[in-house]
Amino acid sequence: MYETVIGLEVHLALSTNSKMFCSCPAESQKNEANTASCPVCLGLPGSLPTINEHAVEKGIMFSLALDCQVPKRTQFHRKHYYYPDQPKNYQISQYDHPVGEHGKLSLSNGRQIGITRCHLEEDAGRLVHPSYVDYSLVDVNRAGTALIEMVTEPEIESSDEAREFLRKIRAIAQALGISDANPEEGKMRADVNISLRKAGEELGTKVEIKNLNSFKSVQRSIEFEIKRQTRILEDGGKIRQDTMGWDDGGQKTYLMRTKEGEADYSYMPEPDLPPLIISQEQIKQIKAKTPELPDSKLARYLELKIKEQDAKQIAIDLHISKFFDEVSTSYSGNSQTIANWLTGDIAGYLNNNQLKIQETKLSPQNLRKLLELIDSKTISGKVAKDILEDVINGHDPAKLVEERALGQISDNSAIIAIAQKVIDDNPELVERVRANPKAINALLGLVMRESKGKANPELVRKTLQDILA
Amino acid sequence: MTAHEIVSKIKSKKLSAEELISQALKKAKIVQEKYNAFITIDDKAINKAKELDTKISNGEELGLLAGVPVVVKDNICSKDLRTTAGSKILETFIPPYNATVVERLEAAGAIVIAKANMDEFGMGSSNENSAYGIAKNPWDSSRVPGGSSGGSAIAVATGVVPFALGTDTGGSVRQPASFTGTIGFKPTYGQLSRFGVVAYASSLDQVGVIARSSQDLALAMEAMSSHDKNDSTSIKNTNLEFLKSVASKKDLTSIKIGLIKELCNEGNSDDVLGILQETQKQLEGLGASVETVSLENVRYGIASYYLVAPAEASSNLARYDGMIYSNRVGENSEGQIDIMMKTRGELFGPEVRKRILMGSYALSAGYYDAFYGKALKVRKLIANDFARAFESYDFLMTPTTPSVAYKIGEKTDDPLAMYLDDIDTVLANLVGIPAISLPMGQSKDNLPIGIQFFAPALKDETLLQLSNIIEQNSTNFAPIVKI
Repeated sequence: MYETVIGLEVHLALSTNSKMFCSCPAESQKNEANTASCPVCLGLPGSLPTINEHAVEKGIMFSLALDCQVPKRTQFHRKHYYYPDQPKNYQISQYDHPVGEHGKLSLSNGRQIGITRCHLEEDAGRLVHPSYVDYSLVDVNRAGTALIEMVTEPEIESSDEAREFLRKIRAIAQALGISDANPEEGKMRADVNISLRKAGEELGTKVEIKNLNSFKSVQRSIEFEIKRQTRILEDGGKIRQDTMGWDDGGQKTYLMRTKEGEADYSYMPEPDLPPLIISQEQIKQIKAKTPELPDSKLARYLELKIKEQDAKQIAIDLHISKFFDEVSTSYSGNSQTIANWLTGDIAGYLNNNQLKIQETKLSPQNLRKLLELIDSKTISGKVAKDILEDVINGHDPAKLVEERALGQISDNSAIIAIAQKVIDDNPELVERVRANPKAINALLGLVMRESKGKANPELVRKTLQDILA
Repeated sequence: MTAHEIVSKIKSKKLSAEELISQALKKAKIVQEKYNAFITIDDKAINKAKELDTKISNGEELGLLAGVPVVVKDNICSKDLRTTAGSKILETFIPPYNATVVERLEAAGAIVIAKANMDEFGMGSSNENSAYGIAKNPWDSSRVPGGSSGGSAIAVATGVVPFALGTDTGGSVRQPASFTGTIGFKPTYGQLSRFGVVAYASSLDQVGVIARSSQDLALAMEAMSSHDKNDSTSIKNTNLEFLKSVASKKDLTSIKIGLIKELCNEGNSDDVLGILQETQKQLEGLGASVETVSLENVRYGIASYYLVAPAEASSNLARYDGMIYSNRVGENSEGQIDIMMKTRGELFGPEVRKRILMGSYALSAGYYDAFYGKALKVRKLIANDFARAFESYDFLMTPTTPSVAYKIGEKTDDPLAMYLDDIDTVLANLVGIPAISLPMGQSKDNLPIGIQFFAPALKDETLLQLSNIIEQNSTNFAPIVKI
C-alpha cells in the first residue's frame, strides 16, 4: 500500500475596494467588459504600480491567523510569462520575501499542517472565446485585483484532510473578512500537488492538478490521482512530473503540460516598488483588530457545554456563529437550545430553500423571543416550529402568537374538559393505557390535536394521569 | 532667449504667447529639416498659447513657466499627443494621460511644442537607433548628436527652446549635452517622477533636463520636483529650493573636488584631457581644491550596467506584444503566440532585440545569481566607493565622455566600443546620485566637450550652484548653434 502526500496551493481573492496596484474598483467582474481599467492595470507605457495598503494589511492579518512569521521587510517580484490576459506579460507577485512564512493549521484529527508561505499578488484578466469566430477577446476588469496565495508543506495525507483543510481556510478567511472565499464565484481556487510513496521512503514524484474551483473537485481529483498513480506504480511504472487539469464532466484528471513545457518565470525584484517595512507597531495594530477565529469560537462554545458536533457546525460559519453569539448574549436560557434550533430546524429550512442565514430576515431578537415564548410556556415547541418559517421571514413571534391566538392553554379547567372528552371518545385507547401506561402518549397527542397544539403538554400528561388513576 | 527672459516678457505683455510659440514652431520645423530632431511637432501648441494669452488679458495668475516653449523626449507620455519612444511598435500610441513631469510643466504654464527624436526606448548613445531616422549634430551634421536624448539636445543647442526634457538611464541626458555644448542634468534617482515615462530600466531611469542656462535649469527643476504619489520610488519630503539656491554662491571657496583617477587617464582623447586640465585650473581659480581620488570599482561599472539595464528592459518591454494597445503584425488566425512573436520580431529594432535577448538570458533560471544577482552586488560596491569618496569631497569629476561626437556610422559596427563610451556616465545611474555635464570647452575641430560632476544623493541643488558659478565666470557658455 502507498501513503498519499499532498500539498495545497490556495488562492483567495482579497476583498478590497480597489485593485492591488491601482485605484480601479476590484469588484467589477460582472460589469461590462473593460470598464474597470486605467493606464496602470492596462499596463500602458509609463504607468507605475502603487501598493494597496489595505491588501497588505489583509495579507498580514491572514498570515498571522495561520501562525506565520511576518517578516520585517516584504518585497514584490515580477513573474514573467506571456499570455494575452496579462497586459504587462508579467505578474507582480512575491518571491523570496513573502508577507508570511512558516505557519501551521490544525485539523480535527489533531494533525498539524505546515504553512510554507503566504504571498500577495495580482490576478490576471479573463479571455472570452466567442463561438464561430477566429479571435478571442480580453476583459481586463479582473486584471490587477488582489490575491493572496497560501502554500502548504506536503503534509496532507488524504482527500478528507484536504477538504477539511480548505473548509478551515475558508472559515478563517471569512471570519477575518479578508476574502469572501467563495469557490463558486472564483474567490477561492486551489492547486493540488500529490505524490505516493511506500511508508518510510523518500517523497515520490509529484503531479500538480491546477485550478480546482470547488472543494468537491479537490476531493475527487485527489481520489482519482491516488488510483491512477497506484495503478502505474503497481505495474512497475514511473510517475512523470506533469501538470494536470480536472475534467469535471468526465470526473478525471487530464494532462495539461509536461515538465519540459514549464515556463521559466525569470523572477526579478520589482524595481517600481521599494520593499515594504513592516513595523512591530503595525503588527500590533493588526492583531488588535483581528476578529475572533473559528477555533477560538469552537473552544468558547464547548465551554458553554454545546455538543461538539453542533459547536463545530456553528463555529465554522461566520454568519451562523455571529447569529448564535448575538442570541446568546441576550438569552438567559440554555445555550444548547439555541444550538438545537440553529443546527436543526433553521439549518433544515435554509438547506431546503438554498439560503444562507444572512440572506433571510431572521433576526437574533426574534429567535430569542421565540425561545422565550417556549420557556415561559406561552407556546409549545410544536407551535414554535409551526411559526418558524414566518419568523425566518421577518415576523415578530410575540405578535404572531397574539394575532393568531396561539398562546398555550395552561388553564386547568379547560384542559380537564378536553382531556375528559378525549377519554370519553376513545374507550379502546383508554383500555390500552391502563394495560401499558407508556401508551399514554397516544391520548396526549389527541388532546394536543384537539387544543390545536396550544395545551401545555406537561399539564395535559398530568391531567390524563389524574383522571385515569 | 532664456526661460527667465521669456516669462518676464510674457508677464509684462511685451510678447504674446502666440507670437512666441509660433516662432518656436517655425524654428522647430527648420531644425527638423536639417537635423531630424523631432518625431512629432505639435501645431496644436498654438491653441494652448492662445489660451494662455486669454488668461493674461484676463489678469489671471501665471505660473513659473508662463509661455515657455519646451521640447519633451518622445518616451515621456503627453496626453493626446503621440508618444513613440522612438519605436515602430508604438507608432500609433496616443497616451490618454500626461507623465507627471509634463503635467507639472504645463501646470506652470510651459507649452510642449514637439516630441524629440531618440534612440528606440532609450537604447543607444548616438540617436542612430531611432525608428524615425538618424538625428544629426548641429555643430557638424556629419556627426551624431549623442543619445539617447539626441533630439532634446539638438532642440536646446539650436535655440528652439530654452530647455528640454530627456531621460537618463546610463548617460542619455549628459552625453548628448556634452556632444552639443549644452548643460545636461540627471537628478538624484526619485527626484523627478517616472510616472508616464516609458520604462527602459526602471531602477536606473531618471528624467533629466538639458538647458543652456543654470538658472533655467533651476526653474525647470523647481516646477517639476516634488513627491508624486503615483511613483512609489519618488522621494518624499526633499523640499529642495532650486530657484532660491541656484545663485546663492559666488565662488567655490572651501569646496573640495575629487578627480576620479580611473576615469581621467589615457582612455580619453587628448582634446578631452586638455579640457579636463583647463577645467581643473578654472575650478582652482574659483577657490576650489582639486585632488585625484581612486574609486577602484568604477571599472566594473559598464559590466554591471549592461547586465542590469538589459535585464530590466527585457521585463519592461514584455508588454509590447500587439495584444492590447501596440501595433500588431499577423492575422488572427495565426494565434496569439505567432502574433506576439511576429509583432516583437518585426517592430522592435535590432538594438532593442539584442538587449531583450541579453536581459532575458541574464534573468533566466540558473543564471540569475551569476549575472543579474552579481551585477547588483557590483552596483553596491560602486555605491560604497562613492559614499567613501563623498566623505572627503563635495563633488567628484570626470569627463562626460572619453571623446567628442563621432561620425554617423563610425561605431555602429562595434557595439562594444559604443557601450564603452558610457563608462563615465553610467556610474551616476548605478549609484542613484545626481550628476551634471557642463560644456567646458571645444576640441581642435571646434566640437564641444563636456565635463561631468557628481554630487551625493539629494544634493541636487549644489550641482546647479556649481554650474551657475562656472557659467557666470565663463564667456560664451553653452552658446546657441547658428543654423
